[in-house]
Amino acid sequence: MTEAHGGYYVPHHASPWPIVGSLGLFFLLGGFAHVLHGGTSVFMIIGAVLVAAMIYGWFSIVVRESEGGKYDGQVDMSFRWGMSWFIFSEVMFFAAFFGALFYARMFSVPWLGGASNNVSTHELLWPAFEAAWPTNGPAAVGGDFATMGAWGIPAINTLILLTSGVTVTWAHWALKKENRQQLILGLAATVALGVLFLGLQVYEYGHAYRDLNLTLGSGIYGTTFFMLTGFHGMHVTIGAIMLAVILMRSIRGHFTAKNHFAFEAVAWYWHFVDVVWLGLFIFVYWLV
Amino acid sequence: MSEATANGAHHEEHARGISRWLFTTNHKDIGTLYLWFSFVMLLIGGAMAMYIRAELWEPGIQLSDPNFFNQMTTLHGLIMVFGAVMPAFVGLANWQVPMMIGAPDMALPRMNNWSFWILPFAGLLLVSTIFMEGGGPNFGWTMHAPLSTTYAPPSTDFFIFAVHLLGLSSIMGSINIIATILNMRAPGMTLMKMPMFVWSWLITAFLLIAVMPVLAGAVTMMLTDRNFGTSFFDAAGGGDPLLFQHVFWFFGHPEVYIMILPAFGVISQIIPTFARKPLFGYSSMVYATASIAFLSFIVWAHHMYTTGMPVSGELYFMYATVMIAVPTGVKVFNWVATMWKGSMTFETPMLWALGFLVLFTIGGFTGLMLGVAPADFQYHDTYFVVAHFHYVLVSGALFAIIAGVFYWLPKWTGNMYDEKLAKIHFWWAMISFNVLFFPQHFLGLAGMPRRIPDYALQFTEWNVISSIGGFAFGASWLLFLYIIIKTIRGGEKATDEVWEGADGLEWTVPSPAPYHTFNTAPEVK
Repeated sequence: MTEAHGGYYVPHHASPWPIVGSLGLFFLLGGFAHVLHGGTSVFMIIGAVLVAAMIYGWFSIVVRESEGGKYDGQVDMSFRWGMSWFIFSEVMFFAAFFGALFYARMFSVPWLGGASNNVSTHELLWPAFEAAWPTNGPAAVGGDFATMGAWGIPAINTLILLTSGVTVTWAHWALKKENRQQLILGLAATVALGVLFLGLQVYEYGHAYRDLNLTLGSGIYGTTFFMLTGFHGMHVTIGAIMLAVILMRSIRGHFTAKNHFAFEAVAWYWHFVDVVWLGLFIFVYWLV
Repeated sequence: MSEATANGAHHEEHARGISRWLFTTNHKDIGTLYLWFSFVMLLIGGAMAMYIRAELWEPGIQLSDPNFFNQMTTLHGLIMVFGAVMPAFVGLANWQVPMMIGAPDMALPRMNNWSFWILPFAGLLLVSTIFMEGGGPNFGWTMHAPLSTTYAPPSTDFFIFAVHLLGLSSIMGSINIIATILNMRAPGMTLMKMPMFVWSWLITAFLLIAVMPVLAGAVTMMLTDRNFGTSFFDAAGGGDPLLFQHVFWFFGHPEVYIMILPAFGVISQIIPTFARKPLFGYSSMVYATASIAFLSFIVWAHHMYTTGMPVSGELYFMYATVMIAVPTGVKVFNWVATMWKGSMTFETPMLWALGFLVLFTIGGFTGLMLGVAPADFQYHDTYFVVAHFHYVLVSGALFAIIAGVFYWLPKWTGNMYDEKLAKIHFWWAMISFNVLFFPQHFLGLAGMPRRIPDYALQFTEWNVISSIGGFAFGASWLLFLYIIIKTIRGGEKATDEVWEGADGLEWTVPSPAPYHTFNTAPEVK
């Protein structure tokens, strides 16, 4: 099946998973657009199944190869570079949405109120609008709403995520000391904290929609609030799933003190999600 | 420089038939796939350009309605940028980077396959929008809100996901290229010994990873504004249509360097070979490339001078923009200095490289003119802009791709191309290109707006000339296809070194390059 090249592992006759993944993404995204236009969801579901199968099948092969000792230090380094740059791309993805928030707060809202060289825009278009944050704009899109306070659930969620950063590090120490029990305990605690975070965020969203009339459609405040926290929540979900996989692998006895790139990759990802949350807590919840 | 050590070992035969191409992890196979995909997209995007030039043959509406014309300009731009130019450079990188640094393959071979195979599906999704109800995207390749949100056809949602897929492919391809360059170099191949093409791709891959996610963010905001009631680009809700332009051009300006830096890399390989001298000022070339990449992040709003931004903003973006001329000038002077007192010959790759050098420099100068804010008020959204970016993207990026293809084709196929036909093709393309685009400078300065299917009578003559050049330039690519197929099928056998003045690891392996090269790393002194 495969052949090593002077140590570096290059799989020949690769698995069918990349092409299955391409087909799956095509159906998933094309199918989603189809649903948005009132069509059937069959294509989207086919796509989701294909993508899930691809992820499972592809990672199974990689895990088998890793546990089978096919990867040397150089392959390990390729994975490390790969994961680092992937996380950097995610940082830039978040930067686009943070940029939108800062632009709205620094420029577009003050300009609608007549700041800088926009006096006549203000007078002609929205003379009654007074620039302030939070806002749902001069047309009060979505109606009156209340903002989400920082020192309730968001502060608790901050503590939860920071604690989960500690537990995952504690698990990493255990792995390096070959203490399997502490490793499993640390990872289980991290997954539990991640799930708790998500549960509280779901509760917070319910509260916003039910009691505060704060929705995705509440002008630029609701837009940036839900886009940023929702995109982050999606990443916490992905991170928690990844942690759960690592937990199961740890229970099955995978990883050694020296060879555990997958663990570290997931830990990096988790810390990244954690740091993004701190930015969210400060700029979305706290400094309103 | 080094010896080929790779080729004595036994080689596993590749799979036969379609499964070879569907499941391959081989960087050479994947490079070939990228290059052919790119050529097909060049023909599709080119057909759309032919439609545009036919419509502009004379004033009035000739062929179809203005909405369809807008779809053609939009898709022509998107297909050429994301379907033709970018995949072609990734194809060149796939073929050449491992061979140039002495690596057995790309760092992440399976992901390499995936990066490619997403592309045809994304292309399918993109092109299929033309056939949907309400037509395809008609808001220009820059997709500015609210044209792309409030006033866009329903197919825009499919278009958005096509852009997501294209971005995913680019990001994965770039991660792979960076990991390969940083981790797979042969012993002794230090960073400052790497060929310029490899350097240019290292920096380009960084740019891609930094800005493709920003584009994904921009189109995601488009998607939610269109479907989920958000107000990113809606002033009534406190957002701003200009926010789209800022986010888009934060991606868009690095994007134009993503398309030109690898071209610089190709030219920096070819000119030394045919001047039979090492590249002049190698380290200054590296630093110039890095400087251009850095500056690309802080100049984006020069695309937005006429949007009414504060004067202080215009001044800043103007000064930052014209600064790019300094590192670009360093490169142009270095290429000229490389040729100074060289023993030059003018085989086809060199002709394309020289064509690049002259015409890209013209495009660079018109870029400087556009970078000056008060002058841009006059040129903005006219055919002058169209002429400018076709000089940098066609006679810049595309000419460099063709130069690279002829330069490395003997190494890939083992056969020399037909030099006489290739030279005919070069001169045909070179002359018709200038007939096509040079008059557009005059049209733009005289005030003809871009993206309009009709025009005032006084613009007729230059448009007719431009269209004649367009049809001739379009037809030249059929000759190119013939030359390529002829070379693949046979021809004079190429030597290992191929070119007398060639230097670098790729010329130490046999022609055609074996399926696997450098299974054992070469020694680089």
